[in-house]
Amino acid sequence: MRADRALRVLGAFALVGMVATVWLGLFVTPNAVGYADGTVRLLYIHPPLAWVMFIAYGMATISSLLYLWPRTRHARFDRLAGASAEVGVVFTGLTLVSGSIWGRTTWGVYWAWDPLLTTTALLFVLYLGYLALRNVPGDPDTVARRSAIAGLVAFLDVPIVFFAVSWWRSLHQGPTIDLATRHSYVHGSMAWTLLLGFVSFTLTYVWLMVHRYRLAVLRERESDEGLENALADRWAEAVR
Amino acid sequence: MAPAVSLRDAVALAGRFPLLAGVTLDVGEGEIVHLSGPNGAGKSSLLRLCCGLLSLRSGSAVVLGHDLAVDRRAVRLLIGYLGHETFLYEELTVEENLRFALRAAGSGAAEARVQAEGAMARLALTGRLPSTPVGKLSAGQRRRTAIAVVVGRRPRLWLLDEPHAGLDHDARSTLDEVILEARAGGATVMLSSHELGESDAHSLADRVVHLAGGRVVPAPPAVDGDPDAAASPANPPAVMPASPAVPQGAPKRARQSEAVHVA
Amino acid sequence: MWRDALLVCGKDLRIELRAKIGLNQVAPFAATVLLLFGLALGPNRQALQPAAAALFWIAVLLSVVLAVQRSFAVESADSARDGLRLSGLDPAGIFLGKGAAIVTQLLVLEALLTVGVALLFGAQLSDGLVLLAACVTASIGLGAVGVTYGVLSSGVRVKETLLPLLLLPVAAPVLLGATKAWDEALAGTPGQAGVWLSLLAVFAVLYVAVGTVAFGPLLEGA
Repeated sequence: MRADRALRVLGAFALVGMVATVWLGLFVTPNAVGYADGTVRLLYIHPPLAWVMFIAYGMATISSLLYLWPRTRHARFDRLAGASAEVGVVFTGLTLVSGSIWGRTTWGVYWAWDPLLTTTALLFVLYLGYLALRNVPGDPDTVARRSAIAGLVAFLDVPIVFFAVSWWRSLHQGPTIDLATRHSYVHGSMAWTLLLGFVSFTLTYVWLMVHRYRLAVLRERESDEGLENALADRWAEAVR
Repeated sequence: MAPAVSLRDAVALAGRFPLLAGVTLDVGEGEIVHLSGPNGAGKSSLLRLCCGLLSLRSGSAVVLGHDLAVDRRAVRLLIGYLGHETFLYEELTVEENLRFALRAAGSGAAEARVQAEGAMARLALTGRLPSTPVGKLSAGQRRRTAIAVVVGRRPRLWLLDEPHAGLDHDARSTLDEVILEARAGGATVMLSSHELGESDAHSLADRVVHLAGGRVVPAPPAVDGDPDAAASPANPPAVMPASPAVPQGAPKRARQSEAVHVA
Repeated sequence: MWRDALLVCGKDLRIELRAKIGLNQVAPFAATVLLLFGLALGPNRQALQPAAAALFWIAVLLSVVLAVQRSFAVESADSARDGLRLSGLDPAGIFLGKGAAIVTQLLVLEALLTVGVALLFGAQLSDGLVLLAACVTASIGLGAVGVTYGVLSSGVRVKETLLPLLLLPVAAPVLLGATKAWDEALAGTPGQAGVWLSLLAVFAVLYVAVGTVAFGPLLEGA
């Protein structure tokens, strides 16, 4: 139907965008001055991955808030929160891997405890815990509410973690890598490729979210039907 | 006068399992009702629902004027629940447990002491018992302590889950007296047991409600002069109708977010 | 709320005084952690002394998990929550009461561990005020998140593994702040500890507020 076709179109755009990003990134854009040969190409992947991670967690947090707020309480926000957190965790893992590879080529080590990457690692573990909690069996309202609260409690920690780690890092005269300043060196074809990267990864996120959300709806439908059977079985107990 | 407890097609789940599969029941104020049924019939679940401990999946439940679909907490101070677990702290003495429970329920420090002493005396928790840690008591003594908590709180609705289990003869008589005193004081009592026929619960109760498969069912057929046969007016056949008397299809999920009240 | 908090705190501490789990089990556990670190990092004082603050706070963090689990295990075996829900106590009061009891136990534990760290790792104890301030603010923060996640996990079957997984990552900033504050104090530059103490204070205030609000819903529908 229309929704399915739209989804397929979206998926196609996302795929094309990603392929184009990779092709442009690997073959078309020039090497940047000051970076080891070819490593700048990670620029087109790593920041977009991190960006998607942030919107995924942001989405999960906003959905949790909306679920808890009585006026907007609805099952869809719970499903959104869960779906977004799952996708977010995947992208967090990818962010860590790409960041680690970048670190290896730039600083020589796979892990240099820089503030952003360390915060990302803690986010990874935080949301793995959140997903573990969501998977604990229980009645849907219960799971939704406690996950929403746990999600918010975890989210509140994120800025604190970031500031703490930044201070912690600034005390030590280590490599002063700053993603923001890196971007200012980006221009021309590099800038377009980067933008394409952001856009296609965002489209991928949306595509994944829609599928994951649908999966959640199907699961709930299955458990509803299971309920009919369970009720019938229970009633049958009364027959002697 | 409004009933103390009013349930209509109440469904409550544990995960996917329907503990209560559509209970319809009215209990008037001042009644003593005996919930009877085999193990797994849903007696404990029904009592827990009335405490506000279980959440309602669909249907309606109004206890002492409080709608449980809207607010489960408000009713808790008005009820006294005696479950299988005792909710007592092992390391604290009988008296300390009582005073804590009574103060938690809203009594002041001095008032709680007086209430505790009264309840302990009533349940024959005397001598060295008040200052014995609960962990060192026998099962029967712990039961009596738990009953003393309910007695001390003087709730309007007593929900007792197999209260006679584990009590010796004297304690059983005391419990019966305490229940009758509660009723005389205007309280409503719902107690469950799975013993049919001649049992303490049966002789105390004004009427018997039979549960099976998570629902209220008519009385099972008479078994050799069992007085229960007289409980239901039409003495229905043993076989239940195949399609239950509930709206077609499964009750729509009544999540808190999309509450559905079955008329 | 405050009356209920005092009632619950008193009850928890009285139970603790009788059962002495903190003294008999949690403190030895923490001491063991310190010993194991000492073993692992080698007998050379050069390696241990700079790490003293970090090892102290890791031992405290791990002990918090035990203390929280104990706090909820006390509330009757399988239905820790039903008793609390039926009692009629104000949930915010229960949160503050249990939190206060855990903070008290933590402070006692930290006092003992301070002696341990001085002995085992040669930590030079100075600027006691900063050390104490860090202990108090960190303990309050840990108590608050501990009770919040404690009630959340007390209702599930997998609580023993879930609680550390949920609690420790969230407590990471406390570990960071407390360790850095102690580092500054032990190194003789207490002035630098200010930013870390304020981090600890912010964390504590935030999570006490969050926990007070979240405890009720978590106890009920979670």
